[in-house]
Amino acid sequence: MAPVLSIANLRVSFPRMEAVRGVSLTLRGGETHCLVGESGCGKSISALSVMNLLPRSAVRSADHIRFHEHDLLAMSERQMAWLRGDKIAMIFQEPMTSLNPAYTIGSQMAEVLERHRRASRRQALDRAAELLARVGITAPGMRLAQYPHQLSGGLRQRMMIATALMCDPEVLIADEPTTALDVTVQSQVLRLLRKLQQEMGLALLLITHDFGIVARMAEHVSVMYAGEVVESGPVEQIIKAPTHPYTRGLLNCIPVPGMTKPGEPLGSIPGGVPHIGRGFLGCGFRERCPMAARECAEPVHLHDAGEDHFYRCRLPPDWKLDASP
Amino acid sequence: MTHAIEVRNVYREFQQRSAAGRVRSAVHAVDGVTFSLAAGNVLGIVGESGCGKSTLARLILGLLPPSSGEALVDGRSLAHMDRRERARLIQPVFQDPFASLNPRQRVRDIVGLPLASQGDLTKRQQTDRIMEMLARVGISTEMADRFPGQLSGGQRQRVAIARALVLHPRIVVCDEPTSALDVSVQAQILNLLSDLRRELGLTYLFISHNLAVVEHIATEVAVMYLGRFVEHAPTQDLFRRPMHPYTQALLASVLTPEPALGIPDVGLGDAYPDPTDIPLGCRFHPRCPKALSECRTLVPDNIRKDGRLVECLLAAST
Repeated sequence: MAPVLSIANLRVSFPRMEAVRGVSLTLRGGETHCLVGESGCGKSISALSVMNLLPRSAVRSADHIRFHEHDLLAMSERQMAWLRGDKIAMIFQEPMTSLNPAYTIGSQMAEVLERHRRASRRQALDRAAELLARVGITAPGMRLAQYPHQLSGGLRQRMMIATALMCDPEVLIADEPTTALDVTVQSQVLRLLRKLQQEMGLALLLITHDFGIVARMAEHVSVMYAGEVVESGPVEQIIKAPTHPYTRGLLNCIPVPGMTKPGEPLGSIPGGVPHIGRGFLGCGFRERCPMAARECAEPVHLHDAGEDHFYRCRLPPDWKLDASP
Repeated sequence: MTHAIEVRNVYREFQQRSAAGRVRSAVHAVDGVTFSLAAGNVLGIVGESGCGKSTLARLILGLLPPSSGEALVDGRSLAHMDRRERARLIQPVFQDPFASLNPRQRVRDIVGLPLASQGDLTKRQQTDRIMEMLARVGISTEMADRFPGQLSGGQRQRVAIARALVLHPRIVVCDEPTSALDVSVQAQILNLLSDLRRELGLTYLFISHNLAVVEHIATEVAVMYLGRFVEHAPTQDLFRRPMHPYTQALLASVLTPEPALGIPDVGLGDAYPDPTDIPLGCRFHPRCPKALSECRTLVPDNIRKDGRLVECLLAAST
């Protein structure tokens, strides 16, 4: 199946740092692709580049960014504005900051359809009510007249999802959509996203720092570190046989209930995320890597581990950590 | 033996005012909590946002007076203790190391402030203590002269821990100390806190919204819901056999990296807990997947058995 969205060799730089260093990924209809990594690894910047919503100081380049056969790099701002919120929609982490506190839910939702479809206010509000019901909000008519602060965090995020669906998008980019929510509410919102995605055949690009969410939601995962995709592949494969030292380290850090032995330390990765300046070469993880060698300072190529599984490391796929340090 | 922390039937309400300044409603943030924590143990407190866990922490730290009841630390009431004495006994570590460190002070001055305010050590002794503590939390000597803005999130949290420990307190209240950190750094900080507890014989009150994190550090866990402990048990017992339906739901919501499992339906429905309007009967009943009709009217008793506490009618019958 042809990809709905395809990004090739995306690079984004800021005056003092390289935020994204050659990211490629493809997203197919009905598929969930997770972009996972820690803060500052470039996952949000990659998503914003697709939407052309980067800050002014950023410079974006890529071999291509395609939505079906349309090249987004060649589009004017006017054309992008038409696509954004229409065929490609996006939701963010903290719904309170992406909503205008001075307008009602109804007017903010209706605006999308009025702008993109030249719908009347009446039609737009009907559609908004229909979608609020669909995301599991009871009494949608009453909610439309309310202001964002009158809703709980979980309800606000559902409302953001409903707003993103106003124009029947083909691609939904969700940037940490549940990070600000309580765990119990997180499950509800993720279940909802999964259900809507299946019903509507959405291509979902889900950005998260949480490997638990990746495992439960994604078909395909790209692990990012220091501006690069260091490993990508089908989710079962990556979790069963992680190959990049960063992916292995990250999976070891996650506390799993019932797996704790008293007094035993949790796996951790020493150090912190490096600053990647102009002219940085080689593997961004080498300073924290237990297997780092001199050659890691040279550019690392992508290796094929088979079955659509790729990783960016000099080591063979079945490497083992030497027991004697 | 005196307990490190003893909390007796503590209540704390806040008045919510309308724009015109009239009292509109009372928020029952902590609604009758009783527990005691033996020295050297770690009590993990978990619950959703708004359940009152941070208010409880502030009551125990003496930053807020209770509306009624009392909180004793080391057998004494904090209300009758002077600030310096209190600071030598109990110290906080807060969630956001970006907000809790003064951006215009150097690391050494941030860590040294508690020592300076005690005023019983010479400058030289203070410096020795600061450096010793920084080394202990894994901050190198050359970082002592930096400002918080030059440090990463994990390093800042290490500095906050050094500041909390520099007076050698016996009790540390950690309020979501790893929530603002990345997963790989969270693990470093949890391991550091565990090591420090063992080496220095500390007692922790460890607050988190993440049950999986608490399991790693706590010796006992309390689950808080709308201002009350609904379950309190030794860590292993709680994880092996959660008894309160709310604990079960929280445990079910932890997403482990196991692909085939999908997203669980925790069955809590859409009702949202509101501390200004606590339901009659069992406070959890509007969200409880196992609620009986009695739960709407009967307030469940504290059931204590096998060293654990559960507040649920269902637990009474089993």
